[in-house]
Amino acid sequence: MSDVILKVCDVYRTYDLKGGMFKKASTLTAVKGVSFDVERGSTLAVVGESGCGKSTLARMLTMIDAQSSGSIEIDGLPIDISTTGISKEMRQKVQIVFQNPYGSLNPRQKIGHVLEEPLLLNTDMPAAERRDLALEMLDKVGLQPEHYGRYPHMFSGGQRQRIAIARAIMMKPKLLVLDEPVSALDLSVQAQILNLLADLQDEMGLTYVFISHDLSVVRYIADKVMVMYFGEVVEYGTRDEVFSNPQHDYTKTLFAATPRADIESIRKRLAAKAA
Amino acid sequence: MPLLEIRNLRVEFDTAKGPFRALDGVDYTVDAGEVLAIVGESGSGKSVAMLAVMGLLPDSATITADKMEFEGRDLRTLSPKAHRKVIGKEISMIFQEPIASLNPCFTVGFQLGETLKTHMGLKGKQVRERVIELLTAVGIPDPEGRISAFPHQMSGGQCQRVMIAMAIACSPKLLIADEPTTALDVTIQKQILDLLVKLQQESGMGLIMITHDMGVVAETADRVIVQYKGRKMEEADVLSLFESPQNPYTKALLSALPENATGDRLPTVGDFAEAGGF
Repeated sequence: MSDVILKVCDVYRTYDLKGGMFKKASTLTAVKGVSFDVERGSTLAVVGESGCGKSTLARMLTMIDAQSSGSIEIDGLPIDISTTGISKEMRQKVQIVFQNPYGSLNPRQKIGHVLEEPLLLNTDMPAAERRDLALEMLDKVGLQPEHYGRYPHMFSGGQRQRIAIARAIMMKPKLLVLDEPVSALDLSVQAQILNLLADLQDEMGLTYVFISHDLSVVRYIADKVMVMYFGEVVEYGTRDEVFSNPQHDYTKTLFAATPRADIESIRKRLAAKAA
Repeated sequence: MPLLEIRNLRVEFDTAKGPFRALDGVDYTVDAGEVLAIVGESGSGKSVAMLAVMGLLPDSATITADKMEFEGRDLRTLSPKAHRKVIGKEISMIFQEPIASLNPCFTVGFQLGETLKTHMGLKGKQVRERVIELLTAVGIPDPEGRISAFPHQMSGGQCQRVMIAMAIACSPKLLIADEPTTALDVTIQKQILDLLVKLQQESGMGLIMITHDMGVVAETADRVIVQYKGRKMEEADVLSLFESPQNPYTKALLSALPENATGDRLPTVGDFAEAGGF
């Protein structure tokens, strides 16, 4: 049997919408019966447009939000925060990196403090050890020791994303949820961050759930691909299966809509235009 | 005569640490009916150049150019009043954040009508008719109902359609689109790009696409200018740029595309910078 680290089974998430004077109360189902599992050390890419429930899924995996029904199991540990709450052990299993590196770092916190806070809250590690670990992580993500005492505004977008990644791996998690980690970055910086993520995966044996809407990035980084549409999984398979032989109409639309930067398609477009 | 011709454009910003040069001697020309793409990463000065044309830069900016002409009229010596007549009417612009570009306090129909009243002198019923016509042209379903919708009641893609409607309201000769699809989903991006190209071909206006996305360039542009740190790196027609990029920075940018990845690692611009010396 293969080594499954994340097992999600028939998960639903509904939100109650409050009624008003003219509106009846209703429920919105953001995630409808999603099931999948991820093997240790692999990357699952979750693709879909805004409102398809991919970020809601990320919130449930990282224990920010509870599922309404269904089961989530991370590294053999069942996750159901609405009934059992969150233990420190659960916190150490999974961490998240958000899309916007400008919004996800507190402007009044020095980088050292940003990195040490997860340890301060979840472990009994003494201050000196925390500091050593923070410096080690800075080095790991390609930053310098002198960045330890600086504030977030002194960094570029790419550097901030490195800090956010360093913060996420401080707890040595097994699973890292990456919610559009490169979509706010320039092309050349995007390449650096993708390389960094690949290095970290090799080094630390991390498992990634990589949420993205950019199919060219997904094709580059993913082992398995899951396409979501209106809260449901419409396509799930290995990268090659999904890319070479998409089954669902939405996946096909998505592929057709992705801009192509190869010479053949440019020729075709110019020819069509001239005609 | 080109539609827009700019020679040796320089833009400097006053900062606490002295002047910062955002744009250093760049030339731009656009002909009628042409799609020019300006590509670069953040800080390359790609937006600054077009904001200078529109006169939208803050007072801290100093703009100098040897030549800055729109249809033979010198934009530098135009009085503010005459300049306002050109921008919004003959040159118009759409921005990255569609929802932030619209005023949340007024209906979509009112905001569109405002342009028509100011620049075209339309009144009353004419305005309403033309607004409906424009909303139909940009593919908004149920335009008569949508006329009284507020921006928050519409999706991002629809708001961008409204922005485009506003920009083409006075049949401009030049449309500047500053990252028009960056905030949108891929499927919506495709629709918006198709719409822009269709409108451009129908009306024969010039179109400047400012973007950092090589895919968008490949899908829309006739000619491309690649910028880096306020300087022009390369200018070529779209096919030769992708086929045989001359400048090391362009090469670096193209090989950093994940779909062009050959090995395990993506080459980054930094890898090329040492070898290419830019």
